[in-house]
Amino acid sequence: MTATATENSTGVNYLNVQYGIRSWLLTTDHKRIALLYLASITFFFLIGGISAVLIRIHLIEPQGALLQPATYNKMFSMHGIVMIFFFLIPSIPATMGNFLIPMMVGARDLAFPRINLLSWYIYVVAGLFTVYALIAGGVDTGWTFYTPLSTTYANGQVMAAALGVFIAGFSSILTGLNFIVTIHKMRAPGLTWSRLPLFVWAMYATSVIQVLGTPVVAVAIVLVGLERMFQVGVFDPALGGDPILFQHLFWFYSHPAVYIMILPSMGVVSELVTCFSKKRIFGYHFIAYSSLAIAAISFLVWGHHMYVSGQSVYASLVFSALSFAVAIPSAIKVFNWTATLYKGSVSYDSPMIYALGFIGLFTMGGLTGMFLASLATDIHLHDTYFVIAHFHYIMVGGALMGYLGGLHFWWPKITGRLYPDAWARFAALVIFIGFNLTFFPQFVVGYLGMPRRYAVYPEEFQVLNIMSSAGASILGVGYVIPLIYLIWSMRYGPAAGPNPWGATGLEWQTPSPPPTENFEQLPVVTEDAYEYGSKEAHVV
Amino acid sequence: MSDGRAGALAHHFEDLDQQHEASSLGMWLFLATEVMFFGGVFAAYTVYRGMYLPGFEAGSHHLSIKLGAFNTVVLLCSSLTMALAVRAATLGKRRHLITFLALTLALGLTFVGVKLVFEWYHDYETGLAPGINWALAGPHSRGAELFFVFYFTLTGIHALHMVIGIGILAVLIGMAARGRFTPEGSNAIEMTGLYWHFVDIIWIFLFPLLYLIGAHY
Amino acid sequence: MWSGFPLRPEQASTIAQGIDQLYFFLTAITLFFTFVIFTAIFYFAIRYRRKAKGEIPGQIEGSLPLEIFWSAVPLVLVVVIFVWSSSLFISNSRPPEAATEIFVIGKQWMWQLQHPDGAREINELHVPVGKPIKLTMTSEDVIHDFFIPAFRVKKDVVPGRYTSLWFEATKTGRFHLFCGQYCGVNHALMIGSVVVMEPEEYERWLSGSRKAETMAASGAQLYERFACITCHGAGKAPPFNDFYMSQVKLSDGSTVVANEEYIRESILYPSAKIHAGYDPIMPTFKGQISEEQLLQLIAFIKSLGPQERKSE
Repeated sequence: MTATATENSTGVNYLNVQYGIRSWLLTTDHKRIALLYLASITFFFLIGGISAVLIRIHLIEPQGALLQPATYNKMFSMHGIVMIFFFLIPSIPATMGNFLIPMMVGARDLAFPRINLLSWYIYVVAGLFTVYALIAGGVDTGWTFYTPLSTTYANGQVMAAALGVFIAGFSSILTGLNFIVTIHKMRAPGLTWSRLPLFVWAMYATSVIQVLGTPVVAVAIVLVGLERMFQVGVFDPALGGDPILFQHLFWFYSHPAVYIMILPSMGVVSELVTCFSKKRIFGYHFIAYSSLAIAAISFLVWGHHMYVSGQSVYASLVFSALSFAVAIPSAIKVFNWTATLYKGSVSYDSPMIYALGFIGLFTMGGLTGMFLASLATDIHLHDTYFVIAHFHYIMVGGALMGYLGGLHFWWPKITGRLYPDAWARFAALVIFIGFNLTFFPQFVVGYLGMPRRYAVYPEEFQVLNIMSSAGASILGVGYVIPLIYLIWSMRYGPAAGPNPWGATGLEWQTPSPPPTENFEQLPVVTEDAYEYGSKEAHVV
Repeated sequence: MSDGRAGALAHHFEDLDQQHEASSLGMWLFLATEVMFFGGVFAAYTVYRGMYLPGFEAGSHHLSIKLGAFNTVVLLCSSLTMALAVRAATLGKRRHLITFLALTLALGLTFVGVKLVFEWYHDYETGLAPGINWALAGPHSRGAELFFVFYFTLTGIHALHMVIGIGILAVLIGMAARGRFTPEGSNAIEMTGLYWHFVDIIWIFLFPLLYLIGAHY
Repeated sequence: MWSGFPLRPEQASTIAQGIDQLYFFLTAITLFFTFVIFTAIFYFAIRYRRKAKGEIPGQIEGSLPLEIFWSAVPLVLVVVIFVWSSSLFISNSRPPEAATEIFVIGKQWMWQLQHPDGAREINELHVPVGKPIKLTMTSEDVIHDFFIPAFRVKKDVVPGRYTSLWFEATKTGRFHLFCGQYCGVNHALMIGSVVVMEPEEYERWLSGSRKAETMAASGAQLYERFACITCHGAGKAPPFNDFYMSQVKLSDGSTVVANEEYIRESILYPSAKIHAGYDPIMPTFKGQISEEQLLQLIAFIKSLGPQERKSE
């Protein structure tokens, strides 16, 4: 990776300050660690993506076009494990969060730089276990590791995969811990809580979930491991255990985990809509507090994954009411983003295209969540393709769109280079179309009754499955395009300058790429976030 | 948990106060994750205790209250010596610091030793190790087996924390001997103290939950 | 619904229509808000597109009345949906008292079904139209899930405990039966059909099917074969007349209801909950008795009990 800084008084930045593999593997610079993460999660995105492609090809034919059922099961298990624990959960926090939080709060680094590096190494070790599990025969438990299937009946590398997830959890905890401390203790003079960029608020809410939720899934995995190794009955009823208890422990983390994935994207989108409308965000405090509200409620809704498990009617009613409650802070965000455009100066740069796509798809994903929070309809929809469609609207249409939007927005800051914006807008459009074609038919096929995780299916579902597979091929192309031009831009892209979008925010007031300690002089903050009416906005 | 060279200000902090506050908050957050971790196991324990109360009582009766109580006293004493070590560090008394750290370490080793030799090994020998050597028969065998699963899981995780703490203490003693701590730069001692007290408190919960179910004095 | 491209599965049970109404209401809300948001985005994005480089629009902080408005609207909506959905759920989850009970055992990877008169089938369930049917289900290995899309019913089938669901078919025909919960290699092959027949036809089918004894009769035989009768019929252990769903006083002073779960537990783990006034002399039958035999014994005990108390 080479880069020459422009408009940098010394020409030295975090990329060219040192060369050689050692300088990367032993770095404690949050920006370099962010890039280490970026490379690793891209690798896992490719693994998860390839398995998704194989799944969709297989499902073109009702009898299965490609794989044996056993292999198919390993494919969707791997897709889930890799995409959730190794791509979506670290995606925005570990890359953009790592890169930007110290800059946005006006600090030289995160509070614990060495712990930050440690978290990357932990992630890599966890990843190695998962890759080993994949190579050494695969796992076929699904990403949910339901007992007693996972503890007693499943063959394959369950232990290796579970260990991978367990270890990855520590990486996530350490990242979250680092962010919380940094946001509390490292803010620049004058940067009060209500002046923080909304991305920082969203990351704060995310970090709270990471720190408090992850240990619980760790417990669940430890108990699964013990049961599998020693055949002691913690979860297997044949040995005296309770299989449903596992689901409680698992979803206590794994439902909030969904918000670990989506909250950061909400933060990114808040940054994007204001920058590309050149307007203050509409309802700053409502967006900020709604992130915290979502994080808080997220811990109280896990039971909605268990409506059909035989859970008591009363428990289900409470979980249903609480799940509906999530709709309100989510709606507040969507309305505020939309209102931010009103009377703005809206430009169509590629990050904005992603952001607008996010708002639309997240709206659909959120609204279809109501079908699943609602008890009567969930009984029918539970474990069907409707659920698959719903959470892909949230995680791909939402989280991944936000990730790509953020990556395009801060790419000039990260690399100091501009990418071809026309290609980027084209890619965003291809992704948007491909995504909808892939996942919209799944709502319909789900309501028709097609269960998830089926390697073969009745013929009447074929038309919708073919549509979905066709969409997936478009979506796949859509993801390859940015991969090409972003890599191209690192070498050939024109220099970006410190603030190509005319954005506010401390990260734009330092050269691109930034120097090692971010700022030549530590900033003092005197105004609110997103003051587009004031002077910096004229930097363009 | 404390970052930065002891006695020095790490490059990315403004001043020692900020550094100290950051490492304290970091440590407390870390302890919060620990609470959630142990909380998860405690929750599972509670569920099964409700399901198999007679079995849990039967299992608990195989534990030695005397050894458990002895270890409780040992750990409480170690918390005292740890607190004294932190005090010695802030006062800059190096000899006291080393003495108290060493005492804490010795008490910690005593705890782990008793646990390992007189309790776990004994349990294993007498057929109380589920999945490895399980010989307990009788009407409540199933509940008792689950009790011992939780007994070994909880005390095992706790002992792992103890061993990690002992390792850190050993490193700190070495650093203290080389004069690496100053009254202002003794974050590491203070943070280790927090950690040590936390591990101690966990044991205060474990002792009644495991040893004292259904009175059997 | 134009044929050839249906948007919902067939409505073949009494509850299907109610679920579909709620579903289409939710769909309407989804489409409405999606339309509102997309329109607003497109309209604002075009109407307020950037006209000159570096232009600075007027700044707006926000608006409290608007925030209240767009918090209140979703709140009211979700309360309405919650009430509607939950009342539907509650009324759907209560089986009618006169329901015929059919037993279901799930195992990797097949469904085993047993009618009260003893008729057995695999992966195919014959039921009469217009009669409420209650399924009592358990699994021999992992968690399965009994799912009939046309009836809009689904319930996990969990090892070590009994779950139940009920339905009343409104249409004759053959409908999909799926395993909804991922259960291992051949999960997708754990499928079958539910055949709904006219009652007379169902009777004919029952009498024509491989004639076995009724569930209760098989249970009665087991009651003798396993020598339960030696104690339970001689005062050394609790007798079973009027036993099912009665309040049982335990030796530790508490009481339990003698439901399926309790009977099952007492056969497999006799010492777990001891009936007050009896010595704990019963040996365990774990490992000697199959899930199917357990269900037969339960059916036998039920047949001695008060007829059809209110369950749940």
